[in-house]
Amino acid sequence: MSGRCFRYFLPVLCCALPTLTLAQTSSAAAGQAPATQAQIAALQQSIQNAQMSADNAWMLVSAALVLLMTGPGLALFYGGLVRKKNILGTMMQSFAMMGLVTILWAIVGYSLAFGHGNFFIGGFEHVFLRGVGLTPNTDYAPTIPEQTYMVYQLMFAIITPALITGAFAERMKFSAMAVFLSLWSLLVYSPMAHMVWGVGGLLNANGGHIPSLDFAGGTVVHITSGVSALVTALYLGKRLGYPHTAMPPHSMVLSFIGACLLWVGWFGFNAGSALNSGPLATSAFINTHFAAAAAALGWTIFEWKHNGKPTALGAISGAVAGLVAITPASGYVQPFAALLIGLIAGFFCSFMVFKVKAMFGYDDSLDAFGVHGAGGTLGALLTGLFATKAINAAFGAGMATGAMDGHWGQILNQAAGAGIAWGISIVGTLVLLFVVDKVIGLRVSHEEEMAGLDLSQHGEEGYDLNP
Amino acid sequence: MLKIEAILQPSKLDAVKDALLEAGIEGMTILEARGHGRQKGHTEFYRGREYTVDLLPKVKIELVLHDELKEKAIQAITSAARTGRIGDGKIFISKIDEAIRIRNDERGDSAL
Repeated sequence: MSGRCFRYFLPVLCCALPTLTLAQTSSAAAGQAPATQAQIAALQQSIQNAQMSADNAWMLVSAALVLLMTGPGLALFYGGLVRKKNILGTMMQSFAMMGLVTILWAIVGYSLAFGHGNFFIGGFEHVFLRGVGLTPNTDYAPTIPEQTYMVYQLMFAIITPALITGAFAERMKFSAMAVFLSLWSLLVYSPMAHMVWGVGGLLNANGGHIPSLDFAGGTVVHITSGVSALVTALYLGKRLGYPHTAMPPHSMVLSFIGACLLWVGWFGFNAGSALNSGPLATSAFINTHFAAAAAALGWTIFEWKHNGKPTALGAISGAVAGLVAITPASGYVQPFAALLIGLIAGFFCSFMVFKVKAMFGYDDSLDAFGVHGAGGTLGALLTGLFATKAINAAFGAGMATGAMDGHWGQILNQAAGAGIAWGISIVGTLVLLFVVDKVIGLRVSHEEEMAGLDLSQHGEEGYDLNP
Repeated sequence: MLKIEAILQPSKLDAVKDALLEAGIEGMTILEARGHGRQKGHTEFYRGREYTVDLLPKVKIELVLHDELKEKAIQAITSAARTGRIGDGKIFISKIDEAIRIRNDERGDSAL
């Protein structure tokens, strides 16, 4: 049963109640107090209030969980993977997004993503959060305050550019990074979010020209960040000494903690995307967990065969790859489909990272493309394959959802959605990199790169081991 | 007077320390070191990339002692530190011209 059924059931109950009560009063013995219209209205109101409280509690927790994914989750995951002279520089890139994107989101980002606009981008109606109050916006989430929806979506807007930082680790100026990713969040993220989730968006599952299924951001978050990551790595060039100089991760322990925090936070990311605390949230929660577990296994098997040992980094990278791949599918598929999606993602993403990266020789330093770009694209396509109306009748009651219901054309819709995400990411990122490179300059100097971002960009060190 | 410098597997430090104490040798300086001899390090894998780590963690102990303790010290170190595998380490011995105790200016053997 989907959350929708519950949703439809409530109004029916509310409408049925007065009829039922009136019938009782007319036939009941005299002396029983007749239910007045006022009492009925009060009852309806308290039902609505109870539902809003329940959904709002879960959505606020989910918003906090998604922020947990960026800091400390991603900051630790990426921070451990770089050399120790770059840990603060790397963590600061994620943290900067927590600050900068929040401010931009309040000013204009939310409006560009979720305001009424055209098929491509939202309008300016919600600039400076005008009209975004504590009553629900029925276009998006009818049972939570719009401010809850706004802040929940903000957490997605924060983590998406932060994911890109993995591709250009250890070599970009802090100033250039801040400007590039701020502009990116407005010119790539907001339009993509609008196209997929916004009212009137091109790819919106409810009424878009190309109805594409993206439950929690496979295209909006992972394809955009992963593909932009690849473009940035190619534009910026390799780190000094790559690939001849050894650049192993300096702390697998930090990465391990970070990856586990990502896993936990992802429950807010995916199950929260139900936008209520009904059964659909449960479905997404379980799919999220199952895919992560299966992908950790898939990556580990691949690596064990390939290199002879099951590494900790392989296991945690696999889990993240599974979480990425299940993101668009999490509210549409059965639990065993989630296991399968995770397993495929574990194999596919490890292959991308081990073989394809080596084949082309690009320096996607922390594998933002290999995990998020590749896993996100795979997940978008597999969503079309495994989505079923038994979990979520996304196109209306009784209508086939994905290929599991016989609607094979959905795979084409998914491919179109992924293709558009690839396109806007490549074009938007190239333009922004070009402009920022001309105005500020993207890369640190050779000397600064040798010294590390901690000292050269921030004037401090991550580890002072003197007492 | 002699100086003995021994480079050991870190895991053998406690055994060597105990063996030296048992042989009546008191006082030593211990340094954490990295290096390699003919043992050429090991390989690590991170996301499919192979890294050769050729400088391995070692412990170096330094002792300065009377000439007649030489064989006892060598015996204590080798028997405690030997595993029979490559990478067990080495002992170097050199002459020391002078020793001075900073506290009271004692010199020579009595300063040890």
